[in-house]
Parts: sequence; C-alpha cells; structure tokens
Amino acid sequence: MIFDIILIACIVAAACSMPGVFLVLRRLSLQSDAISHSVLFGIVISFFLVKNFHSPLLMIGAAATGVLTVMLSELLLKTKLVKEDASIGLVFPALFSIGVILISKYAGDIHLDVDAVLTGEIALAPFDRFVVGGVDLGPRSAWSMGLIALINLLLLLGFFKELKLSTFDAGLAASLGFRPHLLHYGLMIMVSITAVGAFDSVGSILVVALMIAPAATAYLLTDSLALMILLSMGIGITSAAVGVLLAFSLDTSISGTMAVVCGMFFAIALFFSPRYGMISKWLIARDRKWIFACYTLCVHLLHHEGTPEEEEESHVRHLQDDLKWEPKYAQKVVASGIRNGLLLKTGNHLHLTPLGKETVRSLMNRG
Amino acid sequence: MIDFDYTLTTVVLGGALVGLLSGVFGVYALLRKQSLLGDTISHAALPGIALVFLLLRVKHPLALTLGAMAAGWLGTMIMPAVVNRSRIKLDTIIAVVLAVFFGFGLALLSVIQKLPTANQAGLTKFLYGNASTMLRQDVHVMAAFTLISVCAVLLFWKEFKIATFDADYARSLGLPVRWLDMLLFSLIVVAITVGLQTVGVVLMSAMLVAPAAAARQWTNRMEIMALLSALFGMGASISGALLSSSITHLPTGPATVCIITLFFLISILFAPNRGLLWRWIRRRSHHGEITQARLLEELYWLEQNHEPGSHYHEIRSLQAVNRERIDRYLDTLTQQGWTERSGAGGIRLTSAGLKQVKTAHAEMEGKERL
Repeated sequence: MIFDIILIACIVAAACSMPGVFLVLRRLSLQSDAISHSVLFGIVISFFLVKNFHSPLLMIGAAATGVLTVMLSELLLKTKLVKEDASIGLVFPALFSIGVILISKYAGDIHLDVDAVLTGEIALAPFDRFVVGGVDLGPRSAWSMGLIALINLLLLLGFFKELKLSTFDAGLAASLGFRPHLLHYGLMIMVSITAVGAFDSVGSILVVALMIAPAATAYLLTDSLALMILLSMGIGITSAAVGVLLAFSLDTSISGTMAVVCGMFFAIALFFSPRYGMISKWLIARDRKWIFACYTLCVHLLHHEGTPEEEEESHVRHLQDDLKWEPKYAQKVVASGIRNGLLLKTGNHLHLTPLGKETVRSLMNRG
Repeated sequence: MIDFDYTLTTVVLGGALVGLLSGVFGVYALLRKQSLLGDTISHAALPGIALVFLLLRVKHPLALTLGAMAAGWLGTMIMPAVVNRSRIKLDTIIAVVLAVFFGFGLALLSVIQKLPTANQAGLTKFLYGNASTMLRQDVHVMAAFTLISVCAVLLFWKEFKIATFDADYARSLGLPVRWLDMLLFSLIVVAITVGLQTVGVVLMSAMLVAPAAAARQWTNRMEIMALLSALFGMGASISGALLSSSITHLPTGPATVCIITLFFLISILFAPNRGLLWRWIRRRSHHGEITQARLLEELYWLEQNHEPGSHYHEIRSLQAVNRERIDRYLDTLTQQGWTERSGAGGIRLTSAGLKQVKTAHAEMEGKERL
C-alpha cells in the first residue's frame, strides 16, 4: 500500500519535472499555477459530458481548458487594457471558481469533493486497480501518470533541440524558421495534460510545487539543460518518496508534506549550491575584495621596482600613506599576498615573487 | 428571525469591509504590476493561521489574523531577498513560496484535524471562505484593521501615489521610498488577510486584481479609480456573501470571484473611452474618415493629371476603396458637397471639394514643419 503510494508519487514527480524545467527557464512558472487551477473547470465540464472519470476524453477536455486559459490571458493582454500580471490573475480564478461551484452544487453526481481539489487523494489511489482480463496490473493512476510521463519524455527527446533553442534565443529560433509560438503552445499543452493527470493525486496547488520547486533547485545546481532536466527529475522523485514516508510517520497530509520537502530541497540548494548558492556567492564576493587588494599591492610594488624610490615605496609602513590603507587592513592584505605566494617580506620591506610579477604582468596585459 | 437578521447584517458588514480594503489596495498592486503578489500572500498566510491555532489553541479572529499576517509578510519578504541574492527569477520564487507555504499549511491543517479535542471546524473555511459562519467578533476585528489601513492610506495618499508612479522622482524629493514601499506592502498583506475569512486563501488574489482592473477602465484619475475599485469590491463581496449564505453548498469565495469577474468583463466591454465597444466604434469612424480623405486625394490627383475642367472620372477606375463599398463613401462625399456625380458612373471634385483637399494639404505641411 505505502509502496504503491510512493510509486505513484514518484511517477507524478517525474512527469511534472519535465515541463517544469522549461517553465522555469522561460519565466513562465506562474502559468503552472494558472493552468493547474483552471483545468478543474475542464475536468468538471468534461465529466458532465462523458460521465466517466477514466475516459481519455476527460483528459482532452481538461487539457483544452489549460490551453484556453493561456489563450484567454493572451486575448486580454492584446486588448492592452490590462498588463500581463493582471491578465493571468483574472482568468484562472474565474475558471477555478466556476469549477468549485459546480462541484459543490452537484457533489452527489461528481466523485470529487471540494477539499480533494486542493490536496488530491493519493492515499486512496492504490485502491483503484488497473485490471485487465482478471490480472491486477497495479494502481490505475500509476499507469495513467506513467503514460503521461512517457509522452512528456518522448516530446522532450523529439523536440529537445527546438525547445532548447526557442527557450534560450527565441529570436534566433524564429529566424531559423522554427515556430516559437507553436512550441509555446505545445509546452502549455504538455503542462495542461500533466496538471490534469496529477490533479487526482496531488491536487491543484501542489502540482505547482512539483513542477517548479525541483526545476528551480536544479537551476541552482547546473548550467547544462540536459543535466538540469535529469537533476530536476531526480530531485522531484526523491522529494516525492521522502514526502510520502515523512507524511506516514508524522501522520500528515501526503501532498502537503511532499510540497514541504520540495521546498526544503530548494532551500538547501539556495544556500549551499557550490556555484550559485547564497553562501558561496557571499564567500566569493568576500574573497574578491581581498584578491583585488592583493593585486593592487602587487601592481604598486612592480611599478616602483628598480627605481630609486623602491627602498621607501616597498616599506610596509608606506602602504598607509600611499595606498591610504588602515594598518590592520594593510597587514591582512600583506598576509594574504604572502599566503598566495605573490609577495615576500624581508624585514619591513616587501618584494614580489616571480609568481607575483607574472600575475601583475598578465593583469596589465589584459587591458 | 432575530438570528437571521444577525447573520445577515454580519455578512453584509463583513463583505463590505473586505471589498473596501481589497478594492483600495488592489489599485496599488495593479498599478505596480504586482497583481500576482496577492496570490502568494494569501497562500502563504495559511500556515500562519494553522500554526497559531496549533500552538495557542485559540480561534479568536484577532490571533488568527495576526498569524496569517506574519506568515504572509514572511512570504512577501522572502521573494525580493531571493531574487536579489541568487539567479532565481521572480516568477519562480513566487510559485515556489506559494506552493510550499500552502503545502505546509495543508500539512498543519491535517494535523489539526486529527487532534482529539480540537474544535477545528472553523479553520477549513479559510480555504474557500465561508461568510455564513462569520461572527460579530470577526467583523469587529475586520473593522479595526480596515479603519487603521484606510487612515494610513488617507494619510500617505500623496506619498504612496508618487512612489507608485515614479519612484525615482519620489527619491529625488527626499521621500523614504523603501519605507513607503514596505508600509504599503504591509497594508496589502493586511487587506488580504482580512479578506481570507470570506473569500478564502485560494481565490483572494482575484479580489485584489479584478476590482482594480475593472475600475481602471472607467477613469485615468487614481482617486476615482480607488473609489470605484472599493465600490466594485464591496458590491461583489456583499452580493457574493449574501448569495452563498442563502444558497446551500455555495462557497463564498468562488461566488464572489464570479461576480467580480462579471464586473470586470462589463468594464472592459462598455467603459467609455477605454472600453472595447467604444474602441470599435471609434475605429470604424476613423476608418470612414480616412477612406473619404483617400478618395478625395485620388480624385484630386486625377484632376491634376488630366485636362482640367468639367471632366468626370469613371468610378470604376478609383482604387482607394474596394468596389462593393465605394458607393456608400461616394454618397457621403456628395452629400457634403465635395463631389458631384454624373448619371453614367462618373464623378468629379466640386470647388468645395478642391478647397477641402487643399486645406488638408496645408494642415499636413504645418504638421511636418513642426
């Protein structure tokens, strides 16, 4: 039972992470929020038409609503009466509201209650089995979500080059004859289908967490698109598995806990990422100050080397007068220069090492 | 009967306060292009509410509102801090904060629901809002926050306005823009948390965007916009609250959002000057004027390039308008006395028409010289 839930959660996370990467890179993260809300409208309306929660038509109808949301937002934007932020913020609450009202009015007809819209019912998902010819093949949602994940993967592999180019240089993509607008809609369809599939198990808002947070975490760790996709998939799957286990041991809402774990991974990367983390950024900025001071000192020494004033200029005390450095600061700079092998100190005089001279020359030549 | 009156007045009062606050502060969010901020703040507020209840086991609206405010404020402050100090973009961090805070809130709510002693029934109303469970006590807290916020806005009206429209100018005047922004955002957080009870966490953002976006279409003056926005907000949230407390199984938040979206649609369609209908009418009339001018111009050109005098030009040879619609335009021109038609499909400029073309030319030259 718990194994089934973990399996479903991991598949959902893997499926979500693929479109998520492109949403983050294209600065469209909030479209996932909009789409995941408005597909509810599509799910309810299509349900009234087909009366079956497992019909592929439901999926198509709901995905169409996702695209409708994007189109309506663009239509509003095109009137130039509202700005982009408002055009998104006006469409999806309206569609979502209609969806919620329909569910609460016809609760008897629809097997969906208002609370489940937000949290999903992943705990119940394992009870709905996929049985073919009397053989139990596992939970149905694992299969349906697996199919969506597979579709996402195939689309990703098939259009990797196109997606990559149009994401990083839309202008070039257009000039080479690709159709960025078409790709944009393709991506939005991918987001919609994934959101519909994940809706059942994790609910409307946590789809956002699973799409955006792992991708954002991966974005903090790498510059390579392929690696970012793999990482975000891995992080998503790990968050899902850890989330489910944690939820069981703490007896909390599964989807809520998964979102919190996603957030925790994001926070860890935000602080500790080797290259883009806040701490390493802070360290680099701090070191840069000392490195710059060191270079200044080296340039100063080389400038006066072999001149009559060398005796006076290379004196440690002179740094206070000439470079206007506080004694303590000067001391630290000298120490860091010696530590890095740029300087030598004999008595109270400073000399450049060969490495120091080399460094200064390459610095001067760079300009 | 008394009970009904009590509920009714509570609902109407509460709705009015929520609409007033979200209407006024939505104007700032809209004008600063930060409409989606409301979405984050309201979602981020949920763990605050749950945590206060979990730790203090109180359901007093003041405590819950303060908890919501603290969490919402924390969420708001995280965003610029992350954007300024890392490669993460604003849209990404908005989505992450929104989803993770909300997930945390749901996890806490699930813990609360399993408490043996808890009278937790009131907490889920924060998801979609429930006006009919509102008490006088809630209204009192809402009124207090509304009073404070409205006073602050009136007091700093000019400053907020300058900081919103032209922050650089405000700085050059020596205004503490950073503090003003901070105060304004805190007030937006207050407006959102006050609205959570009736509209709910999930849909509160619409209450911030829609009234302001609707009001924007009717006026270019910020004073009038704020007033209209407050009116729209109040109208929608009172009627939403009334509807949901009289119809069973109708959550207040979604009802209110549907009504306010309707207000918005009416506004973008029918508002004078900016509205789509007006724009369409104006475009049509411009189109007519331009076509008339082009026809006159073409006739003038024909006049210049053929022998002058009483020569009629063939209507069939005119190219400024396609053939199906040409009669309508020529009729108008003839009615105005600028052209005259011969019986056999011919047309020429009258002296009045000639004068009209020359005036137009003189005007163009004047403009070019400028």
